[in-house]
Amino acid sequence: MSLLSLQNVIKKFGGLTAVNDVSFTVDEQSVVGLIGPNGAGKTTVFNLITGNYAPLSGTVTFRGQVINGQKPYKIVQQGIARTFQNIRLFQQMSLLENVLAGRHCRMHAGLFASMFCLPWQQREEKSAVERAMQELAFVGLDAGYDNEAGNLSYGNQRLLEIARALATDPKLIILDEPAGGMNDQETAALTELIAAIQKRGITVLLIEHDMNLVMNICQKLVVLEYGAKIAEGTPEEIKSNPKVIEAYLGTSDDE
Amino acid sequence: MEALKQTRHIGFWTGIVFFALMAVLAIALESSSGGNTWLRTLNNIGIFTALALSLNIILGQTGLFNMGHIAFFALGAYVTAVLNSVLGWPIIYTLPFAACITALFAFVVALPVIHLRGDYLLVVTIGISEILRIAFVNDIFGLTQGPNGITGIQRIELFGYRFMSQFAQFYLIWGFVAITACLFYFLEHSRFGRALNYIKYDEVAASGNGVNIVRYKLIAFALGAFWAGMVGTIYAPFIRTISPGLFEFKESVLLFAIVILAGGGNIVGIVLASFLLVGMRDVLTMFGDWSMLLFGLMMVVIMIIRPQGIMKPRRRQYNAGHLVGKFPSGIGKKAGLSAGNQAEVVE
Amino acid sequence: MDIFITQLSNGLAIGSIYALVALGYTMVYGILRLINFAHGDLFTIGAYFGLTILVSFALQGNVSPLIIPWILIIMAAIGVAIIGFLLERVAYRPLRNANRLAAVVSAFGASIFFANALKLIYSPNRQSYPADIINLPNIPIFGVDIQSKRLIMFGTAVLLMALLYWYINHTRTGTAIRAVAIDQGAAKLMGINVNKIISLVFIIGPALGGAAGVLMGLFYGQIHPEMGFSFGLKAFVAAIIGGIGNIPGAMLGGLLLGVVEAIAGGYVSGSWKDAIAFGALIVILIFRPTGILGERVADKI
Repeated sequence: MSLLSLQNVIKKFGGLTAVNDVSFTVDEQSVVGLIGPNGAGKTTVFNLITGNYAPLSGTVTFRGQVINGQKPYKIVQQGIARTFQNIRLFQQMSLLENVLAGRHCRMHAGLFASMFCLPWQQREEKSAVERAMQELAFVGLDAGYDNEAGNLSYGNQRLLEIARALATDPKLIILDEPAGGMNDQETAALTELIAAIQKRGITVLLIEHDMNLVMNICQKLVVLEYGAKIAEGTPEEIKSNPKVIEAYLGTSDDE
Repeated sequence: MEALKQTRHIGFWTGIVFFALMAVLAIALESSSGGNTWLRTLNNIGIFTALALSLNIILGQTGLFNMGHIAFFALGAYVTAVLNSVLGWPIIYTLPFAACITALFAFVVALPVIHLRGDYLLVVTIGISEILRIAFVNDIFGLTQGPNGITGIQRIELFGYRFMSQFAQFYLIWGFVAITACLFYFLEHSRFGRALNYIKYDEVAASGNGVNIVRYKLIAFALGAFWAGMVGTIYAPFIRTISPGLFEFKESVLLFAIVILAGGGNIVGIVLASFLLVGMRDVLTMFGDWSMLLFGLMMVVIMIIRPQGIMKPRRRQYNAGHLVGKFPSGIGKKAGLSAGNQAEVVE
Repeated sequence: MDIFITQLSNGLAIGSIYALVALGYTMVYGILRLINFAHGDLFTIGAYFGLTILVSFALQGNVSPLIIPWILIIMAAIGVAIIGFLLERVAYRPLRNANRLAAVVSAFGASIFFANALKLIYSPNRQSYPADIINLPNIPIFGVDIQSKRLIMFGTAVLLMALLYWYINHTRTGTAIRAVAIDQGAAKLMGINVNKIISLVFIIGPALGGAAGVLMGLFYGQIHPEMGFSFGLKAFVAAIIGGIGNIPGAMLGGLLLGVVEAIAGGYVSGSWKDAIAFGALIVILIFRPTGILGERVADKI
């Protein structure tokens, strides 16, 4: 059975249909790419999965449970973590604290336990710090754990967001243009990182414009145009799909 | 203590030294002539420090623009005054009631407006505090005795000791400030405190990492109010007569200014800013009619000199250095993104 | 019904003053995202300027009573505009790039300064404009006698607002002001001198506030140094109700607040009048979180 499935999902903003009757599935432990021209509604699909938007109709099913309409914080708890297209780190906080944000949904200390430093709360903090350091090391940023997140380079900020998402113990991680603003060398490292994430048993769904990256690491691609799905298949199938070529390059009589 | 092993608590030790010095200062003032006036000023500062610390949870830590905090203080003071003067309860028993009623009030009024953004929340909190003050003036439920207020509030009595003199109340007030600072310090260095900061910096990212925004905002409001209610309970027997005139909007402004001047929710900054603003207001009274003019001028000048606040927002320090390099990376070192592993220089 | 019409006319009259003052808040907010809490005190300064001019030039009796208001309004507006210009230079410009709330605290400092300066210069007590400057008979509307000075006040305020509306929407400078409000960076790139526009807004807003102060003195008589604090607060509430940053919104909010307050005062109780005004604010914001005409801003995710 698939980990995540979207069925006939529709989202409108005023008169504009941003996502039009989109259905696709993501299999467990696979890497799936969501591609399409700018403005095709890719990020909107992500926002529908993560609860930032609620669909007008259709269902989003995760591990057999319908999750659409739930608040983002509940969806994270169920095992979907995400990064943002326009990086949303806590700029003024340290790298470590950013990753600790990801641990939030797996911790329990509330007002009382925190204020009075109960022993179990202290143990929980300690193991959260360890786990956060582990994720920082995983993306190669552990040495600078005490630095301010806002001072990182663009590429490293994207990696930090991935570390923060991984810290939530996700079953599915959703990456919105992870290679955006990265140079070739950085993109190569990212490719390696995504493979390592997959190896940890975490399913990956990503939006990316870097076709090399997408074709390299994805087992399956879903192509959107004007909010609707126009193709779905393996990278090879997509490469030769005439509809996709048309969407990306335009028809010949446009010239 | 385990907490001290977790993080490097520099601020914590600063605090202990500070409160020890304050205790010595009080003894010195008590034995000197004319020291009583200064003790009174220090007590005033203490009350405002405790209040500003409670507002700091809401405004400094969570970033909710609450400009009606004085209402919570007023409600706490009035609940205590009514229970004491009408029903004859000893003050110390009124403490939990004043705190809980105030927290409940804050929770109920914040519930429908908590989603409002920045300045809209600011004006609503002003509105709430003004409505409450008008209710006190209009002798609501026949309990608050109108503009003249409630008189004859008894002093606090603990274990048979009655806190009468400024000197005795100094220890009561500043003891409360010390406990408050300590508990809020721990709170700041926890999952809860971090969650408040995540909300302040980016609500979407906070919620995307599992923080229940509405819940935490409401708890922050209720906690700040709970504490302000307790400060109100200490304040009522301190001045013995409370009236709506004590809880005007300008007092909220003063508290707001203290938290902003402190800089990014910094507890040490709150104490310093309270000394600076409340102390200045007290000291400037020696200039008579000119005092408030000078006070207003000083507020402008101080903000221009220190727009970022007295203190820098301190990033929490974690004891994680020993974990560096202990865990495997998902990126081979050959790939070259490990540049991020050195301390980065950004121009 | 008679009470209703009387209260409605009272509400519209005071509401037009709220609207004039609210415009100052909303214009500054629209451009700097700053709540200029000293604006209420500029209004008070206008009222005192008006009184000083009236008394020291011995206008009453020597000049036609129909011209007096205009002389006072223009001169007070100029005086307050100068103070507004200086206020921005001294208290706000150094904080332009700082935390937004630092400027708010500075604004409160300025507000305290102004109110206490007035106390020192004039007196902490109430002062009165002469009661008989404009003596005209009442005018019957729907069978109810309406004080003609209410009508003059309302008319003057509406005229000033119409002038502003025309200026903002139909002149080159007005266009520049709107452009700066939308995007300072882009406006700068288009060759607009942003500093000049900000200064201009701190001239127009306070001028309107000062004019409102004169109207207040002329038609309600009594003024005192701290009236700007609560009056300014209510004008700010009016700006928020209308949707802060929005010029027609400030006009609408002011009139609405004036009417709600007058009717509440007439039917419920005078002592709860302010509480009802704030209550109306809260209810409106619960249902329209950015005010009646305010735009809703969605978070870009």
